[in-house]
Amino acid sequence: MSDVADRVKKIVVEHLGVEEDKVVEAASFIDDLGADSLDTVELVMAFEEEFGIEIPDDAAETIQTFGDAVKFISEAS
Amino acid sequence: MRRVVVTGLGLVTPLASGVEESWTRILDGQSGADTITRFNPERVTTKYACEVPYGDGTDGTFNPDDWMLPKERRKVDDFILYGAAASQMAVEDSGWMPEDTESLERTGVMIGSGIGGLQSIEQTTLLMAEKGPRRVSPFFIPGALINLISGQVSIKYGFKGPNHSVVTACSTGAHAIGDAARLIASDDADVMVAGGGEAAICEIGIAGFNACKALSTGCADDPTKASRPYDADRDGFVMGEGAGIVVLEEYEHAKARGAKIYAEVLGYGLSGDAYHITAPSETGEGGERSMRAALKKAGLEPKDIDYINAHGTSTMADTIELGAVERMLGEHASKVTMSSTKSMTGHLLGAAGAIEAIFSILAIRDQVAPPTINLDNQAVETALDLAPNKKVEREINVALSNSFGFGGTNASVIFGKVD
Repeated sequence: MSDVADRVKKIVVEHLGVEEDKVVEAASFIDDLGADSLDTVELVMAFEEEFGIEIPDDAAETIQTFGDAVKFISEAS
Repeated sequence: MRRVVVTGLGLVTPLASGVEESWTRILDGQSGADTITRFNPERVTTKYACEVPYGDGTDGTFNPDDWMLPKERRKVDDFILYGAAASQMAVEDSGWMPEDTESLERTGVMIGSGIGGLQSIEQTTLLMAEKGPRRVSPFFIPGALINLISGQVSIKYGFKGPNHSVVTACSTGAHAIGDAARLIASDDADVMVAGGGEAAICEIGIAGFNACKALSTGCADDPTKASRPYDADRDGFVMGEGAGIVVLEEYEHAKARGAKIYAEVLGYGLSGDAYHITAPSETGEGGERSMRAALKKAGLEPKDIDYINAHGTSTMADTIELGAVERMLGEHASKVTMSSTKSMTGHLLGAAGAIEAIFSILAIRDQVAPPTINLDNQAVETALDLAPNKKVEREINVALSNSFGFGGTNASVIFGKVD
């Protein structure tokens, strides 16, 4: 797994309090990992902080799964 | 009018986490004051406070993990954490955890705070100044709002009755219990979870009260001596933190389910000083009126009162309250014991009235008045027994708890023994 994926996974595990093995590529933050809409806002902020990038609101809305997050961040950073 | 009784208690105090753990230390005359550890107090004038003792959860220490998952805790200020913990204690103590819709809709929550999420406001403001508004957490507002203890507790247990919150500075806890009792008496609910939580030991909190000249400053060498109500050497209050929560219940409802009944809420009085933003009126007539109003509601005479848990913050206002109590009691004063447990807990602001209501209830249960510690050189003569430095074992059938707050807001709650 890439370095980006590891770092994203660590943030997801910490913020959502889920087991690491649940955080798979297709895992939806809301449907599979128990996040609500506020959690997803905070996750995006944590990604921005960790990777020193800015994720615009319209782009943030497209990040629904762990895989979406890794893909977006890999391309942006 | 429907009668209201107390069927559950919960405490997180600077002495301990837990009702019996706190009460044992109170009767033993222990102080919860020490040097501030919540933040580096180098820049503020007062360097001590009464902090909740964190630990692994044994021997009365407070272990946050016992009460809230780490991922949930990150989303709330400590005043909500304390309030949620004390609520869990009180609800479990009462044994009232219904699952049917009707019961849930007849159970409400009324928990307040004097200031709310002050630490979160401080930290988030600093973060915003450094990194900009995009870094403000979506949980900042719901984690700092005063009514969110009530919100969190209702969500946790599914309590769908009245969901309300009180904000009356240092009278908050007393007002919350009194108002919640009225919601039961007036048939808006059968059960109410009520009280207050506070966590304002942060740099801006200490700095703010220092600026008001309200805090003790002269006891950095021995903080345990700093809170000394009625003593000639008192020089201000000591900030405390924590939460006190009670479960209030309609009497027949409690009896029907065989609940343990601690005491009855006999009376509740309120008044305003209309005088000054931080000082009580010079004669304490506002406090006197709230005590008299509570007596009237209870249908009692001053001679019926056995114990008073004073507001007694260890400030100049102590003797003003004392004068008001003496006038209210008249010649009965010599038969009453009045103590300030703030000598041990410090001043928990919006939680003070709630923890002191609980100490008043326990005084009735155990027939013992807690002491006023550090009372070595009484500032004024009085006929009242102020329980200096030692608990007083005595008959206590009726106890009155006073709380007075900034803005000139006064509340008095009277509890009685239930046979």
